[in-house]
Amino acid sequence: MMQFFKLVARNSLRNRLRSALTVAGIVAAILAFGLLQTIVEAWFAGVDGAVASRLITRNSISFSSPLPRAYEKRIREVDGVRDVTFVTWFGGIYKDAKNFFPQYAVDSASYFRMYPENVVPEDVLREFQHDRRGAIIGRKLANRFGLKPGDVVQLEGTIYPGPWEFVVKGIFDGRDPKIDTTQLFFRWDYLNETLRMRSKAQAEQVGVFVVDVADVNRVAEVSEAIDHTFRNSFAETRTETERAFQIGFMKQTESILISIRVVSFVVIFIILSVMANTMAMTARERLAEYATLKVLGFGPGYVASLILAESVVLALVGAAVAIWLTPLVAAQIAVLTKALFPTLVVSKDTVALQAVAALTVGVLSAVFPMWRASRVNIIEGLRAVG
Amino acid sequence: MSILPRTGAASGADVLIALRHVSKSYRRGGQIIPVVSDITFDIRRAEFLALMGPSGSGKSTLLNLIAGIDTPDGGSITMGGADITRLPEAELADWRAANVGFIFQFYNLMPVLTALENVELPLTLTRLGRRDRRERALLALDLVGLSDRVRHFPSELSGGQQQRVAIARAIVTDPTVLVADEPTGDLDRQSAEDVLAIMQRLNREMGKTIVMVTHDRRAAEHARSIMQLEKGELSQRVELPHD
Ligand SMILES: Nc1ncnc2c1ncn2[C@@H]1O[C@H](COP(=O)(O)OP(=O)(O)O)[C@@H](O)[C@H]1O
Ligand SMILES: [Mg+2]
Repeated sequence: MMQFFKLVARNSLRNRLRSALTVAGIVAAILAFGLLQTIVEAWFAGVDGAVASRLITRNSISFSSPLPRAYEKRIREVDGVRDVTFVTWFGGIYKDAKNFFPQYAVDSASYFRMYPENVVPEDVLREFQHDRRGAIIGRKLANRFGLKPGDVVQLEGTIYPGPWEFVVKGIFDGRDPKIDTTQLFFRWDYLNETLRMRSKAQAEQVGVFVVDVADVNRVAEVSEAIDHTFRNSFAETRTETERAFQIGFMKQTESILISIRVVSFVVIFIILSVMANTMAMTARERLAEYATLKVLGFGPGYVASLILAESVVLALVGAAVAIWLTPLVAAQIAVLTKALFPTLVVSKDTVALQAVAALTVGVLSAVFPMWRASRVNIIEGLRAVG
Repeated sequence: MSILPRTGAASGADVLIALRHVSKSYRRGGQIIPVVSDITFDIRRAEFLALMGPSGSGKSTLLNLIAGIDTPDGGSITMGGADITRLPEAELADWRAANVGFIFQFYNLMPVLTALENVELPLTLTRLGRRDRRERALLALDLVGLSDRVRHFPSELSGGQQQRVAIARAIVTDPTVLVADEPTGDLDRQSAEDVLAIMQRLNREMGKTIVMVTHDRRAAEHARSIMQLEKGELSQRVELPHD
């Protein structure tokens, strides 16, 4: 057994340049695979963060059609509903369009109560509730633009035209690193009052309602009841779980995600063919040694294991380096792309996928050379020396 | 107690390996080329037999048959009453490991293992523990005069030294028979002499049975008997006088 591992270890260091290039290739491939996987996950971060007892009620026509503010009261009366708040997507531009970050108009009394994952200090919340022009911003957003409490943020409205000014009241943190802290929240009543003067048709409306259901097991029933309430009314609703809502929203970008997934597997396939070629070459060069081992009485299984072990060792060394590098590179990407990916955290699932991918590459690369070497005819194999 | 005990006193009538009507041919491009045909002879216990013949006469083929790394098309080869031509591949491999020591023209050492590790290698197939394996391998290396080279890799040794490591590897399991295919074919005169002297000593002092293929008359003269192979047929055995 010792002898076996000695052979494997020394064989893998035998052609240093070739081994180094192979490992480098695996590092690059597994790293790329891990990063693409992380990006896809980041896209779905909202879905993963979805709370099972939260429902989203939107206009049944589309994601961007508003609902009357007045619906809140009627939703609250539906049996099983514990709490209700509402959110309006603002879509303003901060100085330049490339500075994109999400902004929402929210109800200052109820919003943060229903989103405990956005951790707001009590005094900040109190100040927010006392200043109609107040805003609360996420930690990452604050860091990105160097914003601090007391600063005035001016946004150019796109959906609600004109200049809008907000005063930063404080900063919120995520309850865990996966929580998006690139957003800005301001008061819906401020939006509404301004609209009453500037654009009456847009007033008294909200984007969606967020509903907290007392019993998680009753979400389907409660959704049904809410939608039933507004059936045949001026604006019919569509209520679904936060998760279903996020997935539905995500569907709009699905083709991009599918492309990314496909590319990540193409990368693995490329490294597989490169490594399979390397292993085949290596095994061919050593046919005489395999024949000698067989002469000495070692079986075909032993010879095959030598190749398999070497291939797997190279693949796993590469994977180890790649897994170590992935979070470091992901952090760089998060910095470079700023708001595009609110969170780029390499998940345990991704690490596991990387390891499995590398292991698969190692094993599959060895299959053909193993088969050849274990079947090598002793006489022909020995001939390869002379 | 010696780790390499005598395999028995040499006695003229004591047959170790019996070949009966052995034939082997190769197929090349639809054509069948007979290499050895209807060969019958005995190898005696503690014999040092040199198989001679011109290149391409089938010496290696015959040796490979005797050593159980090739199987004949017809005839039988028995050792100690057992017909090795009937053994399935896996059993033949075990049989080789237990009974045959191999010495090749190009040494065939594992380049990534040291001299000591190379010699230990066949012992990893036995039940011997680590310490015993090491001890035996060191003894075998001592026997070929390489005690001071045990940590060297093959690439750090001369051809003659590599061949001596190969001899140590061949004898470390104490096999019934040693087979050597042109063991001096790649060596200079002096190294060849050293290697042949070791083989002679293994035969005379320890009673090892050795079958050596060579086309070099000078090498063959170190053996005790010589047979010529020509056009697939074997000549009478010639016994060499020894001092
Ligand atoms: N695997 C093989 N396939 C085809 N022909 C072979 C094979 N092995 C040996 N031969 C042929 O058999 C003959 C004897 O070969 P060999 O036993 O190596 O001779 P020697 O060792 O006496 O030089 C040669 O003509 C050789 O070309
Ligand atoms: Mg030959």
